[in-house]
Amino acid sequence: MRLAEACRYVRSKNAGPFWITVDLFFPDRAAYDRYVDAAALQPERIAALFGIAAEEVKRFPVPELQVLKISYPRQRPQGGALERDMHGGQQYVRLLDLEV
Amino acid sequence: MPPPITGTVNVLVPTGALGAGIQEADVLAGLADAHAIACDAGSTDSGPAYLATGRCKYSRAAVKTDFAVLLRAQAKARIPLLIGSCGTSGSDAALDWMRDVALEVCAEQGLSPRIALLYSEQAPQLVAQRARQGRVKPLPPMRDADPALFEQCDHIVALMGPEPYVAALEAGADIVLGGRTTDTAVLAAVPLMRGMGAGAAWHAGKTAECGGLCAVSPREGGVMVRVGRDDFVVEPLRASNRCTPYTISSHMLYENSDPFQLHEPGGVLDVTQARYEAIDERRVRVTGSRFEAKPYTMKLEGASAGQYQTVMLVGIQDPKVLANLPRFLGQMHEALIRRVNEAMGASAGAFDISLRPYGYNAVSGEVDPQQPPPREVGLLFVATAATQELATQIAKTCNPWFFHMPLDREAELPSYAFPFSPAEIERGAVYEFHLNHVVQVEHPLELVRTVFVQGGSHASR
Repeated sequence: MRLAEACRYVRSKNAGPFWITVDLFFPDRAAYDRYVDAAALQPERIAALFGIAAEEVKRFPVPELQVLKISYPRQRPQGGALERDMHGGQQYVRLLDLEV
Repeated sequence: MPPPITGTVNVLVPTGALGAGIQEADVLAGLADAHAIACDAGSTDSGPAYLATGRCKYSRAAVKTDFAVLLRAQAKARIPLLIGSCGTSGSDAALDWMRDVALEVCAEQGLSPRIALLYSEQAPQLVAQRARQGRVKPLPPMRDADPALFEQCDHIVALMGPEPYVAALEAGADIVLGGRTTDTAVLAAVPLMRGMGAGAAWHAGKTAECGGLCAVSPREGGVMVRVGRDDFVVEPLRASNRCTPYTISSHMLYENSDPFQLHEPGGVLDVTQARYEAIDERRVRVTGSRFEAKPYTMKLEGASAGQYQTVMLVGIQDPKVLANLPRFLGQMHEALIRRVNEAMGASAGAFDISLRPYGYNAVSGEVDPQQPPPREVGLLFVATAATQELATQIAKTCNPWFFHMPLDREAELPSYAFPFSPAEIERGAVYEFHLNHVVQVEHPLELVRTVFVQGGSHASR
């Protein structure tokens, strides 16, 4: 299943000028339990997707909210000459097609 | 009707940021119960330009309109009003700008509060000196604290904790306008000053930092936090709005890289054990928040102007070009670089040309082979160079090629759709963040300068 179908809502946002954070909201506890440890959501896969090192990816499972939070450092600090997404608000989109 | 909550210190949080909009009715609805009004007026969220220039993100009119509501409320209720991170960046110039707006409102409305101004901007050379002394540490993903990093900043601010606010209130301030401060500290200050629990005060501050964003309808007014010794209760100001355990607990995810531990000046807020419970349809009680004291540090933010940019935009609907966009863009980029080198030579300096096809892959930078070409794209040309004049000369040098570049060399020259004359738009400086560091201090007021001014009189520093 695509992540877009497994989640009810996925968002990304700045967490300060040097980090992006992504929140994956699953629709219920069963879906959360089924997908939270999916291979596609492991640091190696996330790192490859965003062009960073796997050891820099942080994962925070939040079972009470049925949320998996993933944070990773930006390749460049926010707002420089080559910025394409100032608030990081569109960075989640490339996760949507991941098969989980 | 649920029983009243007593023994708490109540902070009315009217908005997520002064200047974003405040309804007077929302503030009046909470005023009878409030012990303080607090919110912030800034953030790094919109990028480095605001810190590097000291300019405010919001319009003066928007800030003034919000100020008028809060200054009237403060005068009416005679409770402290605390505003953090004034003027977006919290730099000295930004704080002075907000001071002047506040004093203008005071003069117009006949108000004369005693206003404390907390300045936390730091001279880059002095921060570099502290770095040489080993008193500045990098935060991930940064790895070092090279003094040169600090010297290259135009402006550096240190994020204050609640202590300077508390000191200003104890010295008789009615209103405290702060430079850069953690969002949380501004809201936690009065509950901490009045002996409430540190875990509850800091967690309440974090929860209410964006005003109504922790409620079901984020755009319907702000919230009230009632902070006790071991718990706090959150309630929206507007009767039609609601908070639920879900909206309150999920706010910990917002704009944080870690949803459980938040580093603040003087300690770490840990919400791993926090419990969220609805006490009725609109209010949520939170227990189990902890604050662990740590050696006092202040986070540093620093930014500077770097290079300059000039941009051009064309619309492309040519179906052949759109069917071969990656090749077209690659050829164009190469041709533009070559043209600048031929025409300007070494005088162009180190420059960059970026082509960003909006409607295609401008945001991601990646090509999706599954997607058909769009019907049109807006192709943005961005020249980055050492000065504005150079960036503009580069754009002008590229203009004929950007305008008439065919897909294939032997084809007739197309004319793409320019929306503007002149075609080139000077974008000004590119700003950059340089710091993600903390500085160790002996005490919380070490890097803070406090100045008092009286509403109704002319102020100068």
